[in-house]
Amino acid sequence: MTSDTTRGFVGKRRERSQDLPPGQHLTDGFPVLSTGPTPQVNKNDWELVIRTGPDTSTRWTWQDFMALPISTVVTDIHCVTSWSKLGTRWRGVSLDVLLKDVRTSDQYVMAHSYGGYRTNLALEDLRGDKAWIVFEHDGAELTPEHGGPARLLVPHLYFWKSAKWIHGFVTQEHNTPGLWERNGYHLHGDPWREERYARWS
Amino acid sequence: MARGTVRPLVVENTAAIRGDTVARPVATWLPATITAAVPLTERSRSLRLVVPGWRGNVPGQHVDIRLTAPDGYQAVRSYSLATSGPGEHIELAIDRLPDGEVSPYLVDVAEVGDKVEVRGPLGGWFVWRPGDPRPVQMIAGGSGVVPFVAMIRAREAAPAGNPFRLLYSVRSPAAAMYRDYLEHSPVGTTVNWIYTRNPPPGSSRPAGRLTSIDLDSHVIPVEQDPLTFVCGSTGFAERVSQMLIERGHPASMIRIERYGDSR
Repeated sequence: MTSDTTRGFVGKRRERSQDLPPGQHLTDGFPVLSTGPTPQVNKNDWELVIRTGPDTSTRWTWQDFMALPISTVVTDIHCVTSWSKLGTRWRGVSLDVLLKDVRTSDQYVMAHSYGGYRTNLALEDLRGDKAWIVFEHDGAELTPEHGGPARLLVPHLYFWKSAKWIHGFVTQEHNTPGLWERNGYHLHGDPWREERYARWS
Repeated sequence: MARGTVRPLVVENTAAIRGDTVARPVATWLPATITAAVPLTERSRSLRLVVPGWRGNVPGQHVDIRLTAPDGYQAVRSYSLATSGPGEHIELAIDRLPDGEVSPYLVDVAEVGDKVEVRGPLGGWFVWRPGDPRPVQMIAGGSGVVPFVAMIRAREAAPAGNPFRLLYSVRSPAAAMYRDYLEHSPVGTTVNWIYTRNPPPGSSRPAGRLTSIDLDSHVIPVEQDPLTFVCGSTGFAERVSQMLIERGHPASMIRIERYGDSR
């Protein structure tokens, strides 16, 4: 669809880049994604859980987790509210490492966070060196505001999929929606296809 | 803190969130025409738009606004709505951001009769649904008051209902958006003010940012099971929500909307 020109609007065109998905810009974001309060999670209490059945879970304490192979990830991130940041730097553990011994016929997971947030993902979006549990950003420990002690990082999807304060995953047969996906946002969230909002019939 | 098992999120009123009461977003861009522009403060104003094809919204939702330059360049930003309900007329309120791209245009350049594009309504979480019986506490910092104006207006229009309280933190009286409206006691809502820099003459409270003492004085106590909404900058929202948690408010009863980029 062609849009009419907005009278008097020129725009700043600053820092435009071929690396930006459609509709994204590199400036500070304005509103809005809303949640609840930031949970304060102590590393001594922290654990990561992957549950594939009522009695089948894999668990890592913070010590277990930090003993896993650690990757450095430099990646662009894209928020659905239309800001992007290029070349952000993280350290964490690849989901390939965490999912290596996980056996399930389910094709989806629900990611659960401390504090109650949740978001749905396909397992194939977590596998193949595309997703990490990160604990460091730009050389500094992740603060609680930024999702510390550890958050999910799935940079090829809009950033609401990168759940802060990650607690674990429960595999699911169907792609049951999480919090935002129930509230008008897209089930998948690929920024390059501009999968921002749910398509309502 | 939840430990042990992975607990599912408790979403109250799940049926309503998924059901018919949420205005459904229109995924396409709708042409809209500015019908009124009213200054709110030195750096902000409200715009009324008529949007043919708009399907209405619930209080607290926002929209995307898209502007197009003569060479086809486009910029999109989200703005909270100050209105709700059916019909094709909506009202936004825009605070001019220093170094902004879209907000300076909407605050300083756009005129009645100009056309922009609108997508929405967006967001189904930071909303108040008329008929929800819980007491409602709203806590705003600066331009974070806009979605609350939509809620207070909807509460005014409701025949009866639960008490609303707004605690509004601003630098000075002149920096308060919708000050005239909020100072004239909207029906059903009690408004309390926090001035962080320049209080009006005669104020008993010294200037300063919102503290836990202010919360104890002005916020619906946890015993009354309020639903508490917080909207403002990231720093404001973080600080206020942590103080609420310290005062025993369950996290599930606190809803936050943050302005800023630390996501």
